Amino acid sequence: MKKLLPLCLAMSAVFATSAQAEELTGTLKKIKETGTIVIGHRDSSIPFSYLDASQKPVGYSMDLSAKIVDAVKKELKMPSLVVRYNLVTSQTRIPLVQNGTVDVECGSTTNNLERQKQVAFSVGIFEIGTRLLVKKTSGIKDFADLAGKNVVTTAGTTSERLIKKMNDEKKLNMNIISAKDHGESFLMLESGRAVAFMMDDALLAGEMAKAKAPNDWTIVGKPQSYEVYGCMLRKDDAQFKKLVDTALSNTYKSGEINTIYKRWFQSPVPPKGLNLNFPMSDELQELIAKPTDKSAEQM
Amino acid sequence: MHYNWDWGVFFHSTGIGSEIYLDWFVKGLGWTIALSLAGWVIALLLGTVLGVMRTLPGKVLPRIAAVYVEIFRNIPLLVQLFVWYFIVPDLLPEGLQTWFKQDLNPATSAFISVVLCLGLFTAARVCEQVRTGIQALPKGQTNAAYALGLRIPQIYKEVLLPQAFRIIIPPLTSEFLNIFKNSSVASLIGLMELLAQTKQTAEFTANLFEAFTLATIIYFVLNMGLMLFMRWVEKRVRVPGLIALGGK
Repeated sequence: MKKLLPLCLAMSAVFATSAQAEELTGTLKKIKETGTIVIGHRDSSIPFSYLDASQKPVGYSMDLSAKIVDAVKKELKMPSLVVRYNLVTSQTRIPLVQNGTVDVECGSTTNNLERQKQVAFSVGIFEIGTRLLVKKTSGIKDFADLAGKNVVTTAGTTSERLIKKMNDEKKLNMNIISAKDHGESFLMLESGRAVAFMMDDALLAGEMAKAKAPNDWTIVGKPQSYEVYGCMLRKDDAQFKKLVDTALSNTYKSGEINTIYKRWFQSPVPPKGLNLNFPMSDELQELIAKPTDKSAEQM
Repeated sequence: MHYNWDWGVFFHSTGIGSEIYLDWFVKGLGWTIALSLAGWVIALLLGTVLGVMRTLPGKVLPRIAAVYVEIFRNIPLLVQLFVWYFIVPDLLPEGLQTWFKQDLNPATSAFISVVLCLGLFTAARVCEQVRTGIQALPKGQTNAAYALGLRIPQIYKEVLLPQAFRIIIPPLTSEFLNIFKNSSVASLIGLMELLAQTKQTAEFTANLFEAFTLATIIYFVLNMGLMLFMRWVEKRVRVPGLIALGGK
């Protein structure tokens, strides 16, 4: 199945031109009728989807969503399609996609089985490992060193679930703090309330880049899980999903993804002009070579 | 809207130990009640003292109480919480600071911050009600008490406060309910009270509407119960004919 998918995608690309003959349904029909596509974005998921100094949403996932918009424009022959941006939070993103406020959400949303019951996911756009951000001088090298210590993670993330589970199973006696967002988690770490911050490694690199002294911090520990980020779409909308998947897969195939990756992970990024220095992982390279809309647990 | 309803979700395992999601709601409710009651004790005691200060003769004490009320009533609750949680601990002496931030269980340090925040914020509101209650009494009450030779503390303890409190039970009930609702700000500093557990359940299960519906029902039932309790208190302490406003 893994091998079949790229083939299907390639074929769908070939037939994409004939799709116009099909009757428009679902999201594409809505976009055609309203002349507007609504993209959901985040405000502080650096460098995936966040606001720059002029309060404009930017980031790796936003560049990819621009590819989707281009494909929609081409497909519907609407070069002057209006693109509207709608801020979402981790609590609002699923209902806003479901109720039609947002047509596609590209941020740092993990594709998992629970969410698949509510929404559909595009092919994966990123793959992360869940690791720890610690002070270089703390001496913490891996999860085992956290026994009896205060550890912070962001509420509602997979990391929260994993660390609570680990605490329960391995009797590590950690005090786990669930902060409301990544910025607050990092504040807990920086102010000394916690000795480690568990989160997706790419987001940790983003928080580190924002720190007062980025060089004081380091990312350690064996990844406790791998997770695939995807763009969220409404369920049961095969036409729009095919278009989105094709647009993303084409970006991967043409190698343009490497330019986008370099721009956000290996060059200075707004707002502070810091470089995350986060080279592409083997897992992400694999995902780009073989695009799939499966969650990590299904792979 | 394409939503996949599943009301059985509360009985699903959370994947952590043998807990089910409903256990999280129960734990959260426990924190909510503990936070609110502890905050209410501070609010009622401090609010009464401040309310009395506002009605005392002289200038200094009433003014101090008035300044307190303006400060705590005019700054958003959430801002106050961040001050108590993030800024005040950093102003403590080094040793105390390390103890508060690292040695204390994070839930305990968050609990202390929230209780202080809720208590001091609500005290400003209770103060105003106590003041209004006292001022609603006829001036003759105070003057008669003076004429009987009572001292100021006695006047408040024996004459003014017992009547004032009876008058202000209805608005105090509102404040009492408000503190339970306001305690949800604790979710923003990582204390796992009812709203935080609701959000966590919503995130873990992707069954957002079920989680928030249950939380709504719990808050509603809790507040209805408190309101009926306060109404019962009001009836119990009523002194017929003594206060025109309070009696029938």
